[in-house]
Amino acid sequence: MSDQSAALTPRHIPDRLDSPFKRALKSWETLLMTVAIAIAIANSLASPYFLDPWNLSDATFNFTEKAILALAMTFVIITGEIDLSVASIIALASTAMGAAAEAGAGTPVLFLTGLGVGLGCGLFNGVLVAKLGLPAIVATIGTMSLYRGIAYVVLGDQVYKNYPADFAVFGQGYAFWIFSIEFVTFLGLAVVAGIVLHKTIFGRQVYAVGNNALAASFSGVKVRRIKFIVFLMTGVAAGLASVMLTSRLGSTRPSIAVGWELDAVTMAVLGGVGINGGTGNILGVVIAAFVMGLVTFGLGLLNVPGIVMSIFMGLMLILVIALPLVVQRINNRRRATR
Amino acid sequence: MNTIRSLLARREALLVLACLLLLAAITARFPAFSTPKNLAGVFNDTSILIMMALGQSAVILTKSIDLSVAANVALTGMTVAMLNHLMPGLPVVVLILIALGMGMLLGAINGFLVWWLDIPAIVVTLGTMTIFRGLAFVESGGAWVNAHEMSPAFLELPRTLILGLPVLSWAGLLAILLAAVLFTRTGLGRAFYATGGNAVAAVYTGIDIGKTRFLAFVLSGTVAGLCGYLWVSRYAVAYVDVASGFELDTIAACVIGGVSTIGGVGTVGGVVLGALFLGIIKNALPVIGISPFWQMAISGAIIITAVVINARGERVKGRVILRRKELPL
Repeated sequence: MSDQSAALTPRHIPDRLDSPFKRALKSWETLLMTVAIAIAIANSLASPYFLDPWNLSDATFNFTEKAILALAMTFVIITGEIDLSVASIIALASTAMGAAAEAGAGTPVLFLTGLGVGLGCGLFNGVLVAKLGLPAIVATIGTMSLYRGIAYVVLGDQVYKNYPADFAVFGQGYAFWIFSIEFVTFLGLAVVAGIVLHKTIFGRQVYAVGNNALAASFSGVKVRRIKFIVFLMTGVAAGLASVMLTSRLGSTRPSIAVGWELDAVTMAVLGGVGINGGTGNILGVVIAAFVMGLVTFGLGLLNVPGIVMSIFMGLMLILVIALPLVVQRINNRRRATR
Repeated sequence: MNTIRSLLARREALLVLACLLLLAAITARFPAFSTPKNLAGVFNDTSILIMMALGQSAVILTKSIDLSVAANVALTGMTVAMLNHLMPGLPVVVLILIALGMGMLLGAINGFLVWWLDIPAIVVTLGTMTIFRGLAFVESGGAWVNAHEMSPAFLELPRTLILGLPVLSWAGLLAILLAAVLFTRTGLGRAFYATGGNAVAAVYTGIDIGKTRFLAFVLSGTVAGLCGYLWVSRYAVAYVDVASGFELDTIAACVIGGVSTIGGVGTVGGVVLGALFLGIIKNALPVIGISPFWQMAISGAIIITAVVINARGERVKGRVILRRKELPL
């Protein structure tokens, strides 16, 4: 895999950088933006209901929770790790909230329960990966099974649905006009994530860990601590997503949010985050979230079933990574023959 | 070499001990569980897991992972079940060949993307996992193929007794034998270990690590394809969610069996024992009256425990034939 190419091919460094404008034009984000606009145009031609503001507003509900996961996943992937347990954290947090609601807890307590369970799960992942040094893929496959397994143990084939009426505000409320609380929260979190990742020392350290953990640790970056923090972040993000999703659905089953880890990883990777760590930015992920939201919404308007949409998601995940590699390969060959 | 041998023996001895303790604990309350007949039943029930875990272990040995195996089972199983329904006259042998070929093709798609484009295996198989299962939905329209729609020959084969053991169990035993020969007695097997153990050194030894990974995926896919037929035939039903989440069980069996997820370490014996350990637990749960809803949480807890134990033992590794470059962190 990358071991071979890293060992045997030198990195290509151009003699001169393109001008900033040209670079922006050729950037991944511009490409994604073009794709997003193209999809929006195609959708509006395919369905007359697409451009209705309330319809568009409804469309945001389908991806904001996943997009919040993707924001946190971005940090994890940039450090070179991965968290496959996020969807299971949603299930466990939702189950905990359901149990609390059955016990008569009010909305603030439910909200804190969701976030708290998310934090706890993130903490456990962080201990496994950062403290014990386990490979993140296997550790989070284990916790993925464990967290959802606990939800199944608690709920079995039952369902929690006795949520207080005002709990619905997180998933169904509107901040103003057509902008839902979910959507506004996502935009707010995206700005915060952008600032943290791109404008703080912590953000630089996240990149450093992903690019070269050894060099980072010699430069005084506390590699394990950074990894621990990013797993805490995904835990809390999953807790928040769980609050929103539970509030929106008004019920909890153990199978809630099955497969969402794939969507979150796809969003991050589609947004230009390199799966091997060290590269990517928040803007790309935000645009990717919109692209995926528009695709699912458009396919939904055309009555495409969810499982068929998942084929598109899988194809998109692979194609998005494969296409630049194919192009690069062709370019390399051209350069070599010249 | 002797110390490595004894460590190896200890790892597998540990698993045998764990399995025996588990059996003893269950037998103490339910003596009927440990009758030879029932144990043979447990083995038969675990055969599919053993076969697929062996396929998975080849992939993990090369420092990759195959998350698409369960979806492969669903797609291949659905395909042969539908073919059997539409063309009941088609001999089962042909259907098995189709299952093998189709599984091989699906595995080759994974392997090709990993080999030719250097895309990390986890991303490729995360994608193909949803694609394969989605295709199973597309070809079936979400409908089930039920027992009465399958031909008797199609259903009978895994149940046919040879020397007192069903064909399914013989398939499991044969897979163990073939894997043991492949992993320890062939160049390809050595290449699996070398690719995962130290990719750079493997390249300099003349091993094409991309091709080795490709072949590991082809192997894993082919086994999954065969298991697609076996699964559908054994449970006498095919639907889109067949074997949902089973990829985790195959990985769990490998990890419990001492296969290192960073590649290059693991044995056939360990994987088989890991799968049996899971199989005993799965079969014991209903016997001791624990709700099957516990199974997922228990597997999760076992995976985590096993990974922790593996990480502890990482310093004194088993079958490393080419040492990894040490990266202190």
